[in-house]
Amino acid sequence: MRRQVTVCYKAIAAFAGAGALAFGVVACGSDETPTDIVLVTHDSFVISDDVKQTFERESGLRLRILQSGDAGELLSKALLTAGNPQGDVLFGVDNNLLSRALDGDLFEPYESPLLEQVDEDYALDPEHRVTPIDHGEVCLNYDKAWFSERAVEPPRSLDDLADPRFENLVVVENPATSTPGLAFLLATVARYGEPGWQDFWRELRENRVLVADGWEEAYNVRFSGAAGKGERPIVVSYASSPPAEVIFATPRPKEAPTAVVEDSCFRQIEFAGVLRGTRNGEGARKLVDFLLATRFQEDVPLSMFVFPVNRSAVLPPAFTKFAVIPENPLELPAADIGANRDRWVKEWTSIVLR
Amino acid sequence: MSARTWRGLTYGVPLAFLALFFVYPLVSIMERGLSSGDDLAAAIDVLTEPLTREVVWFTVWQAVVSTALTILIAFPASYVLGRYTFRGRGVALAVVTVPFVLPTVVVAIAFLAVLPERLERGWAAILIAHVFFNVAVVVRVVGTFWAGLDRRVAEAAATLGASPARSFREVTLPLLAPALASAASIVFLFSFTSFGIILILGGPRYSTLEMEIYNQAVRLFDLRTAAILALVQLVCVVLAVWVATRLEQRVALGGQRPRERDVLRALRTWGERAVVTASLGMLAIFLGIPLVVLVERSLAIGDSYSLEAYRALGRPTDAFLATPWEAVVNSVVYAAGAAVIALVVGGLAAFAVAGSRGGGSRLLDGSLMLPLGASAVMLGFGFVIAFDTEPIDFRSSPWIVPVVQALVAIPFVVRIVAPTLRAIDQRQREAAAMLGASPARVRREIDLPVAGRALAVAAGFAFAISLGEFGATVFLARPDSPTLPVAIFRFLGRPGDLNAGQAYALAVILMAVVAVSVFAVERVRALRTGWV
Repeated sequence: MRRQVTVCYKAIAAFAGAGALAFGVVACGSDETPTDIVLVTHDSFVISDDVKQTFERESGLRLRILQSGDAGELLSKALLTAGNPQGDVLFGVDNNLLSRALDGDLFEPYESPLLEQVDEDYALDPEHRVTPIDHGEVCLNYDKAWFSERAVEPPRSLDDLADPRFENLVVVENPATSTPGLAFLLATVARYGEPGWQDFWRELRENRVLVADGWEEAYNVRFSGAAGKGERPIVVSYASSPPAEVIFATPRPKEAPTAVVEDSCFRQIEFAGVLRGTRNGEGARKLVDFLLATRFQEDVPLSMFVFPVNRSAVLPPAFTKFAVIPENPLELPAADIGANRDRWVKEWTSIVLR
Repeated sequence: MSARTWRGLTYGVPLAFLALFFVYPLVSIMERGLSSGDDLAAAIDVLTEPLTREVVWFTVWQAVVSTALTILIAFPASYVLGRYTFRGRGVALAVVTVPFVLPTVVVAIAFLAVLPERLERGWAAILIAHVFFNVAVVVRVVGTFWAGLDRRVAEAAATLGASPARSFREVTLPLLAPALASAASIVFLFSFTSFGIILILGGPRYSTLEMEIYNQAVRLFDLRTAAILALVQLVCVVLAVWVATRLEQRVALGGQRPRERDVLRALRTWGERAVVTASLGMLAIFLGIPLVVLVERSLAIGDSYSLEAYRALGRPTDAFLATPWEAVVNSVVYAAGAAVIALVVGGLAAFAVAGSRGGGSRLLDGSLMLPLGASAVMLGFGFVIAFDTEPIDFRSSPWIVPVVQALVAIPFVVRIVAPTLRAIDQRQREAAAMLGASPARVRREIDLPVAGRALAVAAGFAFAISLGEFGATVFLARPDSPTLPVAIFRFLGRPGDLNAGQAYALAVILMAVVAVSVFAVERVRALRTGWV
């Protein structure tokens, strides 16, 4: 699709002499400069129309967005086509999967001048193959009303989850199939180390933790504090979930119906990068710059419910009022994550699911 | 066209199609996964890991149990449809077929809607959905085979003093055995490789080989483990296909069978009426409830009923880069394209398969069935890397989806058309040849008119089957032109009432399109055809 301008398609259906049947599309390319740019991203990517138009007006390029599944699927497809990509820029690889992307040699280095406005903490790759765009904290959320109605103390820390009083109350996501699920597993590794985290999860299993495949099911279906009115009052979600509950409710409540357990938060940073083999390197770099500029950065809180990395971006009022930015989120060195992630997930699977 | 050219064409086109669009992409992705040297050690690691054993065990277990349950539940209906004639018999045959051609995604979300939350995800849900999906295979294979059995044999046994139970056990059942075995192997194959149902209903705890291949390839990008598991699956599937074709051979060689109308009997007693009503009624409830609930859910938005979900289909959505209504149009266009390809390739193959009973034609028939059982996930990935360079940069071509869908539809075309061609009286061809007709003219004036109806039936089935293909299409359909099953899946992954409502609404539309094509096919059907 990205070749729509420089390429003409010919569908050929030919019966060759021996009866071979071939359906093919033949590209007859030319060397004109492309007038479009393709952003490859995951299904959760959202950009406001006027922000998109701003980019198109400023750059003179048509921005096409190619969403290809969740974050894991996006990365796998990109790795499969590394060097011969289906787009120009990829957005949506996070710190937890970053090593997989860098090992696969997906990106061309590019150091955006706008990185000056970004804390160094976020720029995890010194070679600038990827550029940080946003961050979100994965935290335990709980349904305030559920606990106050029953006069039960809500959880205050990760440790609390193993307490029998929270039996049957917690829903988490499968780290093999969900990025917040993976972040939460890493949170427990960061807190308890090895083999402490394995013991912690054994206790959670004793406590009948429910595992959902993805965030949508966990939060929207199983969690009691969201629209789905599920049965479990504690869920793994984001630090930005309470403001989302306020913004999407009619009428708007005075305070958020859910709250975050700050002790449990783990930082997730999302990156973008110029895909190696892009047809339009200059346009791709312009797009990375745009993703870091305040126009887009101020759009992300309300479109994707994540926080901008650019210091100069102003947060919307609902965020400053209801969102918590945890001061000391749990973190793990990217190298540790890269070296152990797959093994941890495998062990988690056999401890919790089998 | 000489006989040799024609023969070359009937073998060459299907084989070339299979080689280019099935073997080549699959080999490409396997090669990519298995090219790092110490593959044997890795394979042993993967195969001896407890997780793999569990997955293989669960895959086989659920396929066996699904098959047994399907036969058990479909048997009474097969009996009444195979022994009695009554008003609405044709309609009943058509209705049981609808679930079979429904996309697995639709079946899965229908059960998501109908099952109590406790059963919603897990082995019970998987089994129930598989039975629902496969009942048609058993009813059609066993029922139509039964309708061709000479009832005088059982009557003779009764005259000689055998009790009905004994006559059933010792006469009817052995006669039915090949049909039962053939149906069982097909159901086993479908349950063994099922993907959409496990993906949606399996939950985190239950995984089959195909699901694990998806996990490894798509979620963990461990192509090597995925390739090893895909090879394990392929071996199992080849075995199942081999058994299936051998058994079907026995069914096909059943000798001169009496005509259906000489076998089927009108209902005479109230007892017989009760048996027919009860067995079909129960089946109707089992098959009907999920479909009715699907319609109900598509109308329930918020706390009341409305057409809001249907109205929303015309509006742009966040779930993909097209309006849902465009997905309906895409699906129909893609499926029509796939039906044309499947008809050309499968039709030629049917001539080859019907033309001889030799090993070559059996091999062709069996090979064309392989795409039904190979990992759709790996095939989808294979397409992405196999056709990524010019002159065939296929990844962004609109042809890619119909070609993949045609792979799945071709075996059905062969199975519908070949038996009809076989049934043409050889003496008729010989007479025409004797009167001076060339082989080409015999084909044109004798074979084609007879095959024409079968081809029309096949086109309808190919269309319906293509509409529902999910496993490979989900990787290949572009976000700006999704198919219906892909659109439904994307909506399911989004929060809120309206998204769920739109998923249900699209499922209802898909169901309607499928039902219309199945009923159209039933009207054309005049000759007895293969198992669908």
